[in-house]
Amino acid sequence: MKWRFISTSAEEITRKVGNKAAFFLYQQLLLDDAGRRLNTTLQPIAAMSLRIENMNNKIPKIIQRYQADQTRLLDMLWDLHHLFGYIPDDALSELANGLNMSLNDARETRSFYHYFHDRPSGKYTLYLSDTVIARMNGYQAVQAALERESGAPIGGMDPTGTFGLYSTPCVGLSDQEPVMLVDEVVFTRLTPEKVSDIISQLKQGRSPEEIANPSGLPKDDIAYVDQLVETTIHQAGPVFFQQPNDFPELLNHCLDVGPDVVIETITAAKLRGHGGAGFSTGLKWRLCREAAGAAKYVICNADEGEPGTFKDRALLTRSPQAVFMGMVLAASVIGAREGIIYLRQEYIYLKAFLEKQLQLFREQQLLGNSILGRAGFNFDIRIQMGAGAYVCGDESALIESCEGKRGTPRVKPPYPVEQGYLGMPTCVNNVETLVAVTRVLQEGADWYQSLGVENSRGSRLMSVSGDCDRPGIYEVEWGTTLNQVLSSVGAIDPWAVQISGPSGECVAVEKSGERCFGYSDLACNGSLMIFNHSRDLLSIVKHFMQFFVDESCGICTPCRAGNVDLHNKVERVMAGRACQQDLDEMVSWGSLVRSTSRCGLGGTSPNPILTTLKQFPEIYQAKLTEQQGALLPSFDLQAALMDNEQARIELTQKELNHASEAIK
Amino acid sequence: MSIEIIIDGESVTTEAGTNLVDVAAENGVYIPTLCYLKGKPCLGTCRVCSVRVNGHIIAACTLPVSEGMNVEVNAPDLLDMRKALIEILFVEGNHNCPSCEKSGRCDLQATGYELGMVVSRFPYRFPLREREVAAKHLWLERDRCIFCQRCVEFIRDKATDQKIFSIRGRGTTAQIEIDIALADRMPPEQVREAAEICPVGCIIEKGVGFNDPIGQRKFEIQSVRERALDIKDSAAESGHE
Repeated sequence: MKWRFISTSAEEITRKVGNKAAFFLYQQLLLDDAGRRLNTTLQPIAAMSLRIENMNNKIPKIIQRYQADQTRLLDMLWDLHHLFGYIPDDALSELANGLNMSLNDARETRSFYHYFHDRPSGKYTLYLSDTVIARMNGYQAVQAALERESGAPIGGMDPTGTFGLYSTPCVGLSDQEPVMLVDEVVFTRLTPEKVSDIISQLKQGRSPEEIANPSGLPKDDIAYVDQLVETTIHQAGPVFFQQPNDFPELLNHCLDVGPDVVIETITAAKLRGHGGAGFSTGLKWRLCREAAGAAKYVICNADEGEPGTFKDRALLTRSPQAVFMGMVLAASVIGAREGIIYLRQEYIYLKAFLEKQLQLFREQQLLGNSILGRAGFNFDIRIQMGAGAYVCGDESALIESCEGKRGTPRVKPPYPVEQGYLGMPTCVNNVETLVAVTRVLQEGADWYQSLGVENSRGSRLMSVSGDCDRPGIYEVEWGTTLNQVLSSVGAIDPWAVQISGPSGECVAVEKSGERCFGYSDLACNGSLMIFNHSRDLLSIVKHFMQFFVDESCGICTPCRAGNVDLHNKVERVMAGRACQQDLDEMVSWGSLVRSTSRCGLGGTSPNPILTTLKQFPEIYQAKLTEQQGALLPSFDLQAALMDNEQARIELTQKELNHASEAIK
Repeated sequence: MSIEIIIDGESVTTEAGTNLVDVAAENGVYIPTLCYLKGKPCLGTCRVCSVRVNGHIIAACTLPVSEGMNVEVNAPDLLDMRKALIEILFVEGNHNCPSCEKSGRCDLQATGYELGMVVSRFPYRFPLREREVAAKHLWLERDRCIFCQRCVEFIRDKATDQKIFSIRGRGTTAQIEIDIALADRMPPEQVREAAEICPVGCIIEKGVGFNDPIGQRKFEIQSVRERALDIKDSAAESGHE
């Protein structure tokens, strides 16, 4: 049930729950997560009576459903969110109580994820995907139309509380931007007209589901997913999207030959993890198999948060069973009984479909107890929804999140293969890696080894977006050149290509067109964003830096503090107030953040600056200004003096007021 | 198991798995730290102990040593990197040493002096952070919090093991919080522990500021470097002081 407006006065509530409780609730409601006072309107009060009724027995039921297990806090927070439309402090307090946590401890988790709100966020919550690709495709006009039609400013609600409008980082649909999520439904290829239509239908009382799915297709049907989003695969094979698959036969074979042979095959194939680090999958499985632990876990990392990347979404949509098969194989090798798919909230519309596919897998005896009739081989998979945090793509942050905590990357060592989920050996593999494993075991190590180049065997999926004729998914064999890929996607006047998203590198087509994809040259992590000569690269760099500022978890100094300074430097360059010293400092501060941060987020966040400075020095040089005299060009003497004067006037006025008060 | 590693060109014999910060200290090499506490689980948040091991920069407190490691601590680029991390902490919050109750006893201030910081290379931000004064025995001066997580991880309610301190928000909007009800039932020695464990002047015990005269304050009696190298002392510090 969603939060809704009920006209109830504060007096009525006081009558219902007594003076003290009403006052307490009132106080709680008027403070947001940052402790700031909210606007005092009667709305929260009105909502309160509804909550009091709800809370009577619903929260204990939620706690019971998860057996008061703190590690399932994320699921319980989602339950609260579904109950109230946001997560009010009073409900959170009751939940925390039942879990033997302090309220602040539960708030730590709630405030970490951006899909959790601590105050009403509208009967319908709209999330507009703010990406550099959307901004090339009419984002501003769509945002303006949304604000106008819904009456909600970006970052807030309309006065009636019907609509909440927020921007959100990439939702994994860069080939069909602009895009917005309305609660659990997604609308693509937005235009101002389309937005007006959607908002007016919502105002008429149609639900987001009814608008997006007028024929009422069942949510667990692939047709429903296809109705909501396009999955455009332009180039597939030899590794991905292959049919048909005899999974029982494959699994039987792997169980017959035994785990050591399976690991040997994957190792001999030289399969490297497709998540980003490129770690040997065979070695990871071996380490996890050898690690001692009372229980072991397999986790599929489906938290595809890198802006511009959507290939895991395509795999989950078109080859979900190949993903599950990879997990079952991992389980058989390391000896796991439980598996988790950590699915980013932005892909919530895939959940029912995936659940159904899991059920089909169970019916084929590929999941559950005594898999394929083999006594003692028990393994099942559950889906864990994320709640909006890019950093959870880091495997140890993802594990923390699975344990119901803030998605803070852990200190390593120990690595997840030794101490992962619930402190037990855990094998975390990316969606694409799991499909590749399945394929390697179907076709053999020699076959896989014959694809690609030295150090980079096989192929990889690329999510292509930006200035090209045919955006979508492409399977590209390692060793292919950038120019070859650009020509097959129909790139239009390509100037710069952002490879692997903001955390990757930005290359000049002129200089890097003949470079080859592979771990020893262009190590692509699954995305290409193409920019033509008319694009403003500096504003793209700034957008990426803002993304890292927003998504830094803040646990370590360099990433939390350093990215802010790096972002501000780009702004300074754009404003024409930077000199050579600023560029030198960008390099030096960038290197500081990159080398001293705790996880891959800070380890890569300066890349937008560092790689464009290398490949496009001219765009920075053109904006520089000469230092005149002793002052840096970034120092605005006039403004500083005005600030001082302003402060002096304010203080004098205050003193005069105090004095006149005293005389009275 | 006894192993050999190299620290700044010198061969050192130690036990495998010992924390690198401790191994260095035992051998007279100072690695500055703000979040690390000997004997407690590593937090790895401040990164001020960054060194180079086999060519890669890594926070020393996160590293159990193993055979053959080549550790560089005092290379010029590393000295500058660690100083930069201290400098960025100074501008991220509002650190006004002369008026701070913790002055002379503050790890951040002492480390800044020790590393030769004169002024920060980063622009001052002057953030607005509200202090939290509602608890009976201590208050939070949020201007000075460096998010080291010591209080969050190591100070818990004795009866329920619940967190007393916590972080709300993330990244630039993060702030330290305190559970007032739990804080009000902290015994006096735990209040003192919380204030002592805070490496800056964020957690302040009410009613006891400015007790030591200038010249006789903690880091004036013994510098932060001497304390770090005096193994017995840092072991004592991990308990109560």
